Amino acid sequence: MLRFILQKLALIVPTIIGITIASFAFIRLLPGDPILAMASQYGVTPERYEILKHQYGYDLPIWQQYFNYVGGILQGNFGISLATKRPVIEEFMTLFPATVELALFAILIAVALGIPAGIFAAIKRGSWFDQITMGVALTGYSMPIFWWGLLLIIFFSGYLGWTPVSGRIAVSFFFPRVTGFMLIDSLIAGKPAGFVSALRHLILPAVVLATIPLAVIARQTRSAMLEVLGEDYVRTARAKGLEPSRVVAVHAFRNALIPVVTTIGLQVGLLMGGAILTETIFSWPGIGKWMIDSISKRDYVSVQSGLLLIALIVMAVNLIVDILYAVINPRIRVQ
Amino acid sequence: MAAETTTTTSAAPGRFSGLREFWYYFSMNHGAVLGLAVFLLLILVAIFAPVLAPFPPDQQFREFIRMAPSWAGGTQPQFFLGTDEVGRDILSRLIHGARFSLFIGFFVVVLAMITGVTFGLLAGYFRGWVDAMIMRVMDIILAFPSLLLALVMVAILGPGLLNAMLAIALVLQPHFARLTRAAVLSEKSREYVTSAKVAGAGHLRQMFITILPNCLGPLIVQATLSFSNAILDAAALGFLGMGAQPPTPEWGTMLARAREFITSAWWIVTMPGLAILITVLAINLVGDGLRDALDPKLKRS
Repeated sequence: MLRFILQKLALIVPTIIGITIASFAFIRLLPGDPILAMASQYGVTPERYEILKHQYGYDLPIWQQYFNYVGGILQGNFGISLATKRPVIEEFMTLFPATVELALFAILIAVALGIPAGIFAAIKRGSWFDQITMGVALTGYSMPIFWWGLLLIIFFSGYLGWTPVSGRIAVSFFFPRVTGFMLIDSLIAGKPAGFVSALRHLILPAVVLATIPLAVIARQTRSAMLEVLGEDYVRTARAKGLEPSRVVAVHAFRNALIPVVTTIGLQVGLLMGGAILTETIFSWPGIGKWMIDSISKRDYVSVQSGLLLIALIVMAVNLIVDILYAVINPRIRVQ
Repeated sequence: MAAETTTTTSAAPGRFSGLREFWYYFSMNHGAVLGLAVFLLLILVAIFAPVLAPFPPDQQFREFIRMAPSWAGGTQPQFFLGTDEVGRDILSRLIHGARFSLFIGFFVVVLAMITGVTFGLLAGYFRGWVDAMIMRVMDIILAFPSLLLALVMVAILGPGLLNAMLAIALVLQPHFARLTRAAVLSEKSREYVTSAKVAGAGHLRQMFITILPNCLGPLIVQATLSFSNAILDAAALGFLGMGAQPPTPEWGTMLARAREFITSAWWIVTMPGLAILITVLAINLVGDGLRDALDPKLKRS
């Protein structure tokens, strides 16, 4: 098992190096001079230009600039935001829990609804339940989620007035930040009303972000189940006279779960993309909205580091999924 | 040479029966047929947009700003889907918008497919360092969330429809490369490839004429998926202000300012998104049907 993990790690090293090169190249690919781009509307005197050029290391050879960049990252130095003049990593860490809370809640919804829907659709293949579920799943999969979010706001926030339109929690609540997750921090602070407020803020964005993963998981679970239900060992289990529900739960589902776990893992990258749109629509203070704001404010240092950090996080999650995959499926480890 | 002529002549009837078999499986999927019908209808709408649209897409009726649809309390029957915040007819804009969305889909898929398939063929055919180089670059592209990478690309290139399409093609292209490479690897050791090689076929001929046609099935399915993804991503970029720029009647761009009207004029928000959903759904239905018809593994079950 350790050997498997080491092999996986060795395989992603070139990709990690590539990601650092890509994010390093980003600022240098921007049209125009990077110093002038940073100075933007304020302009810069020739003397100040030279100072800045030296300060940011732009007077060094390009390979040395790259090594300095990677060296900085390894020491946790991701640069200073051009917009707020604070270290980028600080901003990132402040906002990151909001995105994680949203994404976890979304994936929870997607798994809790998608897997049972997929199983029942497969068992009742061809029934009206199967057809409707798969029709809804394909619609969800085809959904422009930014529009879907607006529709939900119109209906639930505007027409029914059930949920707030934006933000993470009502401004009247304040409690110390422990985990960064509003749902947990409100309970730690002993404010159940804050928990309710946070939940009401969370529910619509989470549903929007869950839409596509939910559709994908339901479809994948169904096809994995259909494949497994046709296998010999399921037929044997049935022939032995086992309860149909036991055949499905024990023999079929455990084996169908393997591709489904991979699918769930693959959703993480998509969730990060979806978070950009969802957070923008609901003014959710997470890293998706932060990236969009940074791009529109031309805060390229934040964009560069955000790009790098997000890619590294997605890779780390995919690695963990690969390892989990090997844990539940011993055949992979031997290959 | 003799061997080649016999293969082509014997392949000709096979190709037609293959097409008939394909249609048989495709038409068993009613959703796919429906999707295809909607898609063809959309193509017609796009082609005949200037004839079909009641008004030019940019014409502003200043006296009828934010007029509700004629069937939902609007007083003006000529605006079937209402007017937007500057008094333009929404139906006309949607009809013209079909041109953009379909064009985006075609352009992006063709570009992503040509580059992706070429890279995949090179990687799978030559293996070794060519393979390693190409596939590592593809891994790097895939490591970034696609919408985020497209956004950053557009930030580099500058907002606009063409740049958005280039960025989306870049992020979709690795899927084609991976798929082609995998198909080439499984086909390369087959006997027909060896016989072509023995008959003296060069690298290019082996790659493009001998191997490629036998990898087309999964590529066609991927192309349909990419088509709908391209439309969705381009609309998302337009919505975020990084794609097509106003006053272009691109569906996503039409939604960019829609958030301001969620309480006052729901039709400005609803209609463009519905158009995107219907288009993407139709294409995905076709994609499902294609997969059923082209995937021999699923065919048996």
